Amino acid sequence: MAMPNLTNSVLYLDGVEVAFDGYKALRGLSLVLERGEMRAIIGPNGAGKTTMMDIITGKTRPDSGEVYFDGWQDLTLLDEATIAELGIGRKFQKPTVFESQSVEDNILLALKAPRTVFATLWGRPAQDQAERVDSILATIRLAGQRRNLAQSLSHGQKQWLEIGMLLAQDPKLLLVDEPVAGMTDAETAQTAELLRDIARDHSVVVVEHDMDFVRALGVKVTVLHEGAVLAEGPLDVVSADPRVIEVYLGR
Amino acid sequence: MKQSLWLAFDLKTRIFIALLALAIVIVPASALLTAPGSALNIPVYAIALMGKYLCYALLAVALDLVWGYCGILSLGHGAFFALGGYAMGMYLMRQIGARGAYGNPILPDFMVFLNINSLPVTWWGFQHFPYAMFMVLFVPGLLAFGFGWLAFRSRVTGVYLSIITQALTYALLLAFFRNAMGFGGNNGLTDFKDILGFKIDALGTRILLFCASALALALGVILARLVVTSKFGKVLIAIRDAESRVRFLGYRVENYKLFVFTISAMMAGVAGALYVPQVGIINPGEFAPQNSIEAVIWVAVGGRGTLVGAALGAILVNFGKTWFTGALPEYWLFVLGALFVLVTLFLPDGILGIFKRRQRPQVTVDPVGEAQHGDA
Repeated sequence: MAMPNLTNSVLYLDGVEVAFDGYKALRGLSLVLERGEMRAIIGPNGAGKTTMMDIITGKTRPDSGEVYFDGWQDLTLLDEATIAELGIGRKFQKPTVFESQSVEDNILLALKAPRTVFATLWGRPAQDQAERVDSILATIRLAGQRRNLAQSLSHGQKQWLEIGMLLAQDPKLLLVDEPVAGMTDAETAQTAELLRDIARDHSVVVVEHDMDFVRALGVKVTVLHEGAVLAEGPLDVVSADPRVIEVYLGR
Repeated sequence: MKQSLWLAFDLKTRIFIALLALAIVIVPASALLTAPGSALNIPVYAIALMGKYLCYALLAVALDLVWGYCGILSLGHGAFFALGGYAMGMYLMRQIGARGAYGNPILPDFMVFLNINSLPVTWWGFQHFPYAMFMVLFVPGLLAFGFGWLAFRSRVTGVYLSIITQALTYALLLAFFRNAMGFGGNNGLTDFKDILGFKIDALGTRILLFCASALALALGVILARLVVTSKFGKVLIAIRDAESRVRFLGYRVENYKLFVFTISAMMAGVAGALYVPQVGIINPGEFAPQNSIEAVIWVAVGGRGTLVGAALGAILVNFGKTWFTGALPEYWLFVLGALFVLVTLFLPDGILGIFKRRQRPQVTVDPVGEAQHGDA
């Protein structure tokens, strides 16, 4: 097989392996995400979904394998802050927002702007930043709560706020870990809509258990199992795959 | 600009600065314009005592800046305070000149006593006030920068960081006890005669030192307030609440911590420098870990993350300490311990937290959201 054309992929993982205290969390994981693509990742617990996110964002170093961003950036050499500045934004499984600060300050902190100590010490928010905050708050449906503390939001609203913080970073690639865990059906549907909106001009990787939600996204699905890719394709195809059924139902 | 600066402060900061300004007017007026012994007269010992409290308050503000806003619980801030104090003490020692017991115009008494024949390099230049004041900022700042560079880059956080700050101040305590360090060993530096040409125990000098302490505290609160209300301050609070999230947003957390830790150490150094001429002595005891822990209690009592509360806590607890160690000296440590436990249990936001809750009862937490959060 010919090597995939690296310059066309926004994310390229090949043969990634990592072990924690002898337990192999990833065993030769390979994945290619095209520019502008949204991909759903599913898989049972322990399949390596979160570990994959940790590798991409620099939280965990792989023992072996290649991880390239944007065709040429070797992510295995960089730390979290550098990777974030390159344009990879991450939403955690558990909503992680700055609880004691207002909704709009949460967005403001995430907004693409110089991140150095002296820039934040002297810098004053510019007009275009305020407009950007307004537009993001409208997108995530939290304009009415902008002055409330983030801790006063409901669980679903916190998830949206965190997605809003991702948007504010204006990343090339968004990693979204279980965005609808604990959401009501109505919130789940709204979140799917929100992500489809976002996918119009971003590359997105969504990790999710909820099959109705994955169906609503309507994108290519990758099934992980025991740290490697088990199947890949449209949801209807992979869910008909006997190996996938075995993994999900056969235990 | 001045107008907008004033408007940028919240009510408690304005009240506090106004009170300090009032003290700068009233204390000299009372001491100079009323007869000693009259009901309105503040005696000279009380002025020095209040000046000392204000220095502690500045130390508390410095500690609150790192602990209350950035989550760095330093159990060694007394070290920066003491280093600032030593820098001032060295200036005061050099001012004694030939008036010492041994009459040596260059060498302080303890050096003659210890057969140190020439002035150590560390003491050079300390006869110049501006140089000494520079060192008051530079030495604590440099130590904090070097320590922070190593600790924050290695991502030492939480209780581990607290323990090594404690070890830092303890190591300095042991080092300064040694005569060979050339800082007076366990006797420290004392017998000061004058500061900037003024007799150190004269009433006028005491008043000036009190006013300088009040001014330094006000400036410290203003500076800290400006830092925490900037976008930088929002990043600090974010680091306190969710450090790894801040990293994933692309901020270099270690640089933020390093900056605020260094600023805070320099503030503590200034507090120590103003403290020494008012108490008349600096010795290695100031490095004792217990002092640093007491400072943490002041901040907790007054209200962590409020700046003004930290200053208030320092003043109130030390007022209590002065009264208690006079009335029931054996019980003070028990009272201090009990105070910490009670405040932690019943006033987690400190004294200022009482007012916060009364002012903003409309802040409600969505019970449904909380329940779901717990499940997730």
